[in-house]
Amino acid sequence: MTTVWFTPRNVVVAILLVFLALVPVYSALTGNAFLMTLFTRILILAMAATSLNLILGYGGMVSFGHAVYLGIGGYAIGILAHEGVGSGFIQWPLAIGASALFALGVGALSLRTRGLYFIMITLAFAQLVYYFGVGLDRYGADDGLQLYRRSQFVDPINMSNRTQFYYWCFALLVASIYLTWRIVNSRFGMVIQGSRSNDRRMQAIGFPTYRYRLVCFVIAGVMCGLAGALLANHTEFVSPAMMHWTRSGDLIVMVVLGGMASTFGPLIGAVTLLVLEETLPILIKFAATPFVGAAASRAAEYWQIVMGPLFLLVVLFARGGINGLLESLRRD
Amino acid sequence: MLLVLEQCLNGLQLGLLLFLVAAGLTLIFGIMDMVNLAHGSLYMIGAYFAATFVAWTGDFVLGAALAFGATLLVGMLLEVIAIRPLYGRDHLDHVLGTFGLVLFFNELVRIVWGPAGLRVPLPDWLNTSVQLLPGLSYPTYRIAIIVTALAVALLLYILVMRTRLGMLIRAGASNREMAGALGVNIKLLYTLVFGLGAALAGLAGLMQAPILTVQIGMGENVLILAFVIIIIGGIGSIRGAFVAAIMVGLIDTIGRAFLPDILRLVMTSRGAATVAPALSSMMIYLVMAIVLVVRPQGLFPVASK
Repeated sequence: MTTVWFTPRNVVVAILLVFLALVPVYSALTGNAFLMTLFTRILILAMAATSLNLILGYGGMVSFGHAVYLGIGGYAIGILAHEGVGSGFIQWPLAIGASALFALGVGALSLRTRGLYFIMITLAFAQLVYYFGVGLDRYGADDGLQLYRRSQFVDPINMSNRTQFYYWCFALLVASIYLTWRIVNSRFGMVIQGSRSNDRRMQAIGFPTYRYRLVCFVIAGVMCGLAGALLANHTEFVSPAMMHWTRSGDLIVMVVLGGMASTFGPLIGAVTLLVLEETLPILIKFAATPFVGAAASRAAEYWQIVMGPLFLLVVLFARGGINGLLESLRRD
Repeated sequence: MLLVLEQCLNGLQLGLLLFLVAAGLTLIFGIMDMVNLAHGSLYMIGAYFAATFVAWTGDFVLGAALAFGATLLVGMLLEVIAIRPLYGRDHLDHVLGTFGLVLFFNELVRIVWGPAGLRVPLPDWLNTSVQLLPGLSYPTYRIAIIVTALAVALLLYILVMRTRLGMLIRAGASNREMAGALGVNIKLLYTLVFGLGAALAGLAGLMQAPILTVQIGMGENVLILAFVIIIIGGIGSIRGAFVAAIMVGLIDTIGRAFLPDILRLVMTSRGAATVAPALSSMMIYLVMAIVLVVRPQGLFPVASK
């Protein structure tokens, strides 16, 4: 069997990757700093969505509290910076360690359960950390914590240089997509996917699936914690809002919108959702102007009223997400 | 001692309100196998309706009754339009679809009622306090909430366990195909159950309205508390929801009230002041974690289908 590389899906992914690689160039040529800020954010959240896809798409573990790792990773950076520890060589391993530890605890408890319990428990634990953040008076509580300096590394690495930071995010995103791909196609990944389809059968074959799933859960947590560390460096600000439950919902939307259990689905989903968030108000304004005139710009403020039902429609009619739609083009 | 008693009453009142929300959620899950994140939005809608209708009629009880009916209608309408296509699908689809509905409702409320919070004034006859014990007077309205919620809980019990409709509901929960084959109109039954759940959530919201500010997103915290409750109580069990709701209400209220003092016994007062607010809001989640370790299926597990 020969693999056909020239498929609509692969072309779209290739164009997207080239585009993402060229954003800083465009930004430097035109002086459009906003575009680069937006796409840095998109890259970071795409990384978070990639990590969620590993457990949700491939592992069938519907974690509804995944944004909590963004918060943990972010707060690890924020708190250390606040206490005067600016070195990234200390900050980042600690961010990773804290995410791993939390994922281990939550995973050990929540993977004992299935289905709906799992969804709600991951949500509840994320809320626990959220309220802990809200109650942290020393670190800004509800208002969050300002980062005075981005993480300090040794000389060629400079996180404060926005272009360089963009490429770090890009590299880490590509690395996490590659890592996910490698994991999924390894023996380990086969056990995870087998356990999604039929856990009892996998156990009967002799795999201790609980341990496999727990390790997978921790890997995803670490990957997302790293994205949180990037996000804190990007916005130079951490607050409990980073791990609000709607953010976890957004991550799920990215994964499903792009295409669950597909290599590039989360990236496509993150780009689509976040670009839509920016452009939907403009689109609404454009569409409403002929009918309501000047009131259109007010109507554009309410773009979420379109976004919400859109999610419902994706669920109802486009289960494979964008990746699935692109794949189906191929058969025609 | 009186303070402890007063906090217990506050906890009971919070617990009963949470029960009204959790009961609907657990009912909808038990019968339709449906995860409904928009349940918190119905709570919010109930409160907003109450604010409008009370201002419109000028009478608190009449306004509340209208708000209750209106939430029931919204719930049934929502079921027919948006929820029905989701039955029989994956839980992930439920989560995602109803998450979209939450965004929709938040935005809808912002359009209709504006972004500012609303206040619901209490009528004079409820805005007094009652001398319960020498030295302990308690607001009449909070007592009214406790009494109403207990009455509703009792009515719900009678409805589900003693009436023909309740029998159909239980039949639908244990085997929907068989109930359908025996001539039960499952579609109508589902709409009714969803409407009932919505109305209960709306009732909780409208009763809470005079105590808190009516605002966008007010249902979300309640929704997550209700999730914790039905995890502790066992998903699908109304009895479990009742016990767990009161437990959560008491633990949360008493934790917030007394944890700083308790912590001060074991650590410096400055340390206690830092840790207590964070810890007291985490208490119920810790309880949930403990329950999960001891009994992963909740305190009152429903026999699996």
